[in-house]
Amino acid sequence: MSLVANLTGTDSETRKRTLLGIGSFLLPLLVWCLVSYVPFIWHPKVEVTVPGGVDYFQTGMLVDKSQFDDETAYAKEQHLALPAGKPANPIYLPAPHEVAQAFYTGFAKQPAQKDAPWLHESLWHSIQIIFWGFLISSIIGVPLGILAGTYSTFARLSEPFIEYFRYLPAPAFGALAVAILGIYDGPKIAIIVIGTLFQQVLIIANTTRKLEATIIEAARTLGTRNLKLLTKVVVPGILPDLYRDQRILLGWAWTYLIVAELIGTSSGITFYITQQARYQHFDNVYAAIMIIGIIGFGTDLILARFGRRLFPWDRAQDRR
Amino acid sequence: MNDKNLPSYLDQSEAVKARFDRINQRETILEVRGLGKRYRSPQGETEALRGIDFSVRRREFVCVIGPSGCGKSTLIRILAGLEDHTSGDVLLDGKPVSGPGQDRGMVFQGYSLFPWLTVKKNVMFGPQMNGRGHDEAERDARTWLELVGLEKFADAYPHQLSGGMRQRVAIARALVNQPRILLMDEPFGALDAQTRSKMQSHLIDIWKNIDVTVLFITHDLDEAIYLADRILVLKAHPGEVQEVIEVPVPRPRSPGQFNTPEFMATKARLEELIHPAPEPLPEDEQAVKPHLIRFTNVNDNVE
Repeated sequence: MSLVANLTGTDSETRKRTLLGIGSFLLPLLVWCLVSYVPFIWHPKVEVTVPGGVDYFQTGMLVDKSQFDDETAYAKEQHLALPAGKPANPIYLPAPHEVAQAFYTGFAKQPAQKDAPWLHESLWHSIQIIFWGFLISSIIGVPLGILAGTYSTFARLSEPFIEYFRYLPAPAFGALAVAILGIYDGPKIAIIVIGTLFQQVLIIANTTRKLEATIIEAARTLGTRNLKLLTKVVVPGILPDLYRDQRILLGWAWTYLIVAELIGTSSGITFYITQQARYQHFDNVYAAIMIIGIIGFGTDLILARFGRRLFPWDRAQDRR
Repeated sequence: MNDKNLPSYLDQSEAVKARFDRINQRETILEVRGLGKRYRSPQGETEALRGIDFSVRRREFVCVIGPSGCGKSTLIRILAGLEDHTSGDVLLDGKPVSGPGQDRGMVFQGYSLFPWLTVKKNVMFGPQMNGRGHDEAERDARTWLELVGLEKFADAYPHQLSGGMRQRVAIARALVNQPRILLMDEPFGALDAQTRSKMQSHLIDIWKNIDVTVLFITHDLDEAIYLADRILVLKAHPGEVQEVIEVPVPRPRSPGQFNTPEFMATKARLEELIHPAPEPLPEDEQAVKPHLIRFTNVNDNVE
C-alpha cells in the first residue's frame, strides 16, 4: 500500500521536477529574448539604415545612440539629408535566432574562411584531448586514490605533497609542457592531466575512507585478507561513489580544456572560438560555447542514467 | 515488590542441574585467560578490560551483559580478531587466535551486509573467500538461506529487505563458513520489539539444530536470560567479570517463561548487578542542566 502511494507520489514528483528543469533553461533564454527583441530594454546602439548626409555612415553600421543623435542634429543644422536607423544591441550580443542559425551553419556550411576548421572538426579534436587527458589522469589517479584511502601509511606519504601540488595552477605548467612535449596535442593533454589528477587522488581517497568500517570488518571475519580485501570489498563498495566522483571530475577536465588548447598551437574548439571572435562572428562564438555546455551536460546526463543501470543497489541515487 | 517470594537464582531444578553437568563435560571451545586491553586516548591511558577469565563449552549459549562502557563490544571484537588485546590469552580449541578468521563467525548490530551483492552472493562470499568454487558456494548458500527462511529473497539486494531479514542474511552469511563459535554483537539491538522476539526464537531454533557455539552480547536483560545457558556479567571502568550466572530457567525456552519464578529471580539478580545504587553521572552529563522556562499559558496544564 505504501509502495503504491510512493509510486504515484514519485510520478507527479517526477513530472514537476522535469517541468522545473526545463524552466531553469527557459528562464535565461527568456531574458536573452527580451533583451534581444524588445528594443526599449537595452539596445544602446543604433544600426544605420539610411546614411543620409553623414559622410562616414554606412548601411548596417553600428554607432552609439548619443553619436547618432549628435550627427542627426548636425545634419539638421546643416540642412543635409537626415540619417535613419533602428535601435540595436552591440555586436557581441547576437539575438537567439542568429545563434541558432550559426549552430546550423557551423555544422552544415563550409566556414567563411578557407583555412578555418568546421565546428564539428574543432569539437572532435577537443573531445579527443579531453578523452586522453581524463583517461591518463584516471589510470594514475583512481588507483592512487583508492590506495591512499585504504592504507593510512600510503595516504600520509602521498597526500601532503598532492595537497601542495593541487594549488599550483595547471596553466602555469604550459610553457614547461610545450618545452617537453612539443606544440601539438601533448602539452594540452598534459595540462588536463595536471588539472584533474591531483584533485582526483584526494577526492577518491576521501570517498574510499567513507566506506563503512564494519563492511571491511565483516569481510575480514569471513576470511578475506590483503589484496582480496581491496579488490573484493573496498573497490565494489565504493564503486557507485567513485563513479559519481569521476562524473564530477570529468566536468573539471572540461574547464581546463580552454586554457589547455591555448598552449602551443591553438587548436580545437578554442581555436574556433578565438578565430570566429577575431572576425567578429559572435553568433558562432556563442554557438561554440554553448555546444561545449551541451556536450558536457549531455555526457553527464547519459553517464548518470547509465550509472543507475550499473549500480542497482546504490541508495544515494534514490535521494535525487 | 515480591522479591521475598522469589527463589534464589542459584537454585536449579534437577533437570537444569543435569543439563549443566552435561554441558560441563563437553570440550572447551573458547577459553579466555586473564584478558586485558589498554589503549591510549587523548585523555591518557584507558583500561578497557582487565583480567577477563571465562570459557565456553561446545554448543553452549553464553550471553555477555553489562552497563554501557563495560567493554563488552571491545571483548567480542578482540575475540573476533578485529582488535588486539594487551595481556592474557584467547584460545580457540586450545590454540591462540591472531587476527580474524573463518573459525569465528561474527554478526554485527548494523548488519554490515555487502550492499552491492544480492542476498545469495552475500552468503556465498565467505566460502568463495576461502577457496571454494562458485557452484559449491552457491549450493551451501541456498541451504543456509533456506534455513533462515529467505530462499525466496536470494536475488534481492540487502536494501530491499527489512531489518529482521537483513539480520537473518547476516546470520546465514556467518554460519555458512561453519565457524566453531558464532560471535554476535547486540545483533537484535536495532530491531523493533516484535521482530526482535521473533529473531530470538529463531536463533534458538538454529542453535538447537546446528553444531554451533554462541557468544551473544546484549544490554537487554530479558534477552540474555531467555537465550543463555550462562550469562557473563561485566562491570565497567575497567571491564571486569563481575559474576557468571548459570541461568536456572529450564529448556526448551519459550516467551511464556518470562513470568516464571526462576526467570524473575535471575532478572532481579542481574538488575542488582548492573543497576546498583545510582552512580554519579560522568562529567559531561553533569554539565547538561536543562533550564526550563514556561512557554505556555500558566493555566494551560497538560498534567
